[in-house]
Amino acid sequence: MTRSFAGTDTYVATRDLMVAVNAAVTLERPLLVKGEPGTGKTILAHEIAKALGVPLIQWHIKSTTKAQQGLYEYDAVARLRDSQLGDARVHDIGNYIVKGRLWEGFTCDVRPVLLIDEIDKADIEFPNDLLLELDRMEFHVYETKETVVAHHRPIVVITSNNEKELPDAFLRRCFFHYIRFPDRETMERIVAVHFPDVHKRLVHEALTAFFEIRDVPGLKKKPSTSELLDWLKLLMAEDIPPETLRSGDGRKLIPPLHGALLKNEQDVHLLERLAFIHRREGK
Amino acid sequence: MFIDFFLALRHARLPVSLREYLTLIEAMDAGVAAYDVDDFYYLSRACLVKDETNLDKFDRVFGTVFKGLEPPEDGETVEIPEEWLRKLAERELTEEEKALVEALGGWDKLMETLQKRLEEQRGRHQGGAKWIGTAGTSPFGAFGYNPEGIRIGQEKNRHNRAVKVWDKREFQNLSGDVELGTRNIKVALRRLRRFAREGAASELDLPGTIDATARQGYLDLRMMRERHNAVKVLLFLDVGGSMDPHVRVCEELFSAARTEFKHLEYFYFHNCLYERVWRDNRRRTSETTATIDVLHTYPHDYKVIFVGDAAMSPYEVIHPGGSVEHWNEEPGAVWLQRLLDVYAHAVWLNPVEEAWWDYTASTKLLRQVFGGRMFPLTLGGLDQAMRRLSK
Repeated sequence: MTRSFAGTDTYVATRDLMVAVNAAVTLERPLLVKGEPGTGKTILAHEIAKALGVPLIQWHIKSTTKAQQGLYEYDAVARLRDSQLGDARVHDIGNYIVKGRLWEGFTCDVRPVLLIDEIDKADIEFPNDLLLELDRMEFHVYETKETVVAHHRPIVVITSNNEKELPDAFLRRCFFHYIRFPDRETMERIVAVHFPDVHKRLVHEALTAFFEIRDVPGLKKKPSTSELLDWLKLLMAEDIPPETLRSGDGRKLIPPLHGALLKNEQDVHLLERLAFIHRREGK
Repeated sequence: MFIDFFLALRHARLPVSLREYLTLIEAMDAGVAAYDVDDFYYLSRACLVKDETNLDKFDRVFGTVFKGLEPPEDGETVEIPEEWLRKLAERELTEEEKALVEALGGWDKLMETLQKRLEEQRGRHQGGAKWIGTAGTSPFGAFGYNPEGIRIGQEKNRHNRAVKVWDKREFQNLSGDVELGTRNIKVALRRLRRFAREGAASELDLPGTIDATARQGYLDLRMMRERHNAVKVLLFLDVGGSMDPHVRVCEELFSAARTEFKHLEYFYFHNCLYERVWRDNRRRTSETTATIDVLHTYPHDYKVIFVGDAAMSPYEVIHPGGSVEHWNEEPGAVWLQRLLDVYAHAVWLNPVEEAWWDYTASTKLLRQVFGGRMFPLTLGGLDQAMRRLSK
């Protein structure tokens, strides 16, 4: 059996996430990961590959991506051009079959991790078109009449941002994990993993400020883990003393360098307004 | 193996199928979660739940099936009648232990002390020789009259038992019938989105042409029709008065709808639809639009969404002159009916909780007018409404 996944030195995996990943690895089924933006969905695939020491094949989905592109594409234009130039290659249609990401994953020497990123961006039919291929891990190339069968069933990680609902038939074949927003304890571990030498008091104050901001009702976009890490990086670079982060007196409700945390003008206004009310009441 | 669990999930209307159940068995067989309740919980969750809105439901079912507990919302400490303990002790205790009870002053004394200590004790306790808790040598731990099923002070227990992660119900917020954020609303509204290629085939399909040409070996022009979101929406928002507490969700709905639909027309009204509506709430008295003009301007393929709490005096709906703001010649119900006659696809979204609808006469009335097409302004309700609209 493949080694089991238990997080890495740069990724803190909670117990439930480990179980879900290991189930997907053991049973060779895709793992569907959802969660708030910035909670490390895409990174997960990178870390699984790193932890198991296998290559990672990434397939980023866009609104125009077709399922067929993941398997292979027939480059008819190149063939037409070659035929006009009298190239000998033209007689073998196999020369014009361009391998897709899935094909790459199927023919890998070791069992790779295949990341299908943001599957919900694609057309609604996209997941359905991949059902059989992901289930059997094989597909047929019509142009050359060959069938590509996976040497090793890749570990498939699929991320979704919930923009579209995925079809039931597709969901039934996956394991599902929802990455919850980490609690304070987990957050401290995550910060420790990323900035081992950060000032302990700074982390404490920063986390307090961070969770306070997350608790402000009515924010358009709550800051997430990746934003916290960016913000800490900035705080460290600017050498901000921990004391300035303390929001006890209400006046400092807007933390320094808030641009890293709040990505939305309205949210900044909202905080400013709240700070104002705070100040008035404090008088 | 876990058939009862599976059936309980189905009973709670979780969309689980046999296939997922078999996957769970297979995973158990492969030893993914070996002999650990937590792991089993996580594994079954990963296998059986495919949508975060169902996580909370799953937690509750899991709690009831595997612990025989009362559902988590009922987390109160229940007094255990003395009788039960006595009976249980008779069954469970060995002769030596019974003798020990006697040595401590008999059963009654013991119960008295237990009562006293339960009162004195605050918080969880582990180890030690006096307090009631786990792993201690106090008479109140050692006897083992707390086997499966009986628990002293459930809340205290919760903190030290990692077993019951599902009792925390951390996913409550994700449940389909609670939280509404702009993003969630957008996702729900997207239901209504229907991209269609309409009109004549006038656009050159460049990739199609190149592909066809290359395959044929001669120039083969392909055309296609223009693609756009074909859904058109008329939004009517109730403002003022009893709607004030709901301003935030309405704002969110509105901003989400604005970005989601290309053809979105919105109008405000107060309490019920009458002969005039307006677009700018600040100039509601001076700049109004006649409702009849709205009906004439927008074709019948527009979909109509009303947002309002439908809470008013019934007279405002059914009587001429019932409006609180002006003299209306015709009752609101007539205007609504007129609108519904033009637009076949219409729904009413109500920010008030569904459970309260029946207590307001006007809500019932409007629901009748709308032929039952009133939905709560929650994610689930929005979803249903959009499904209804796209039928």
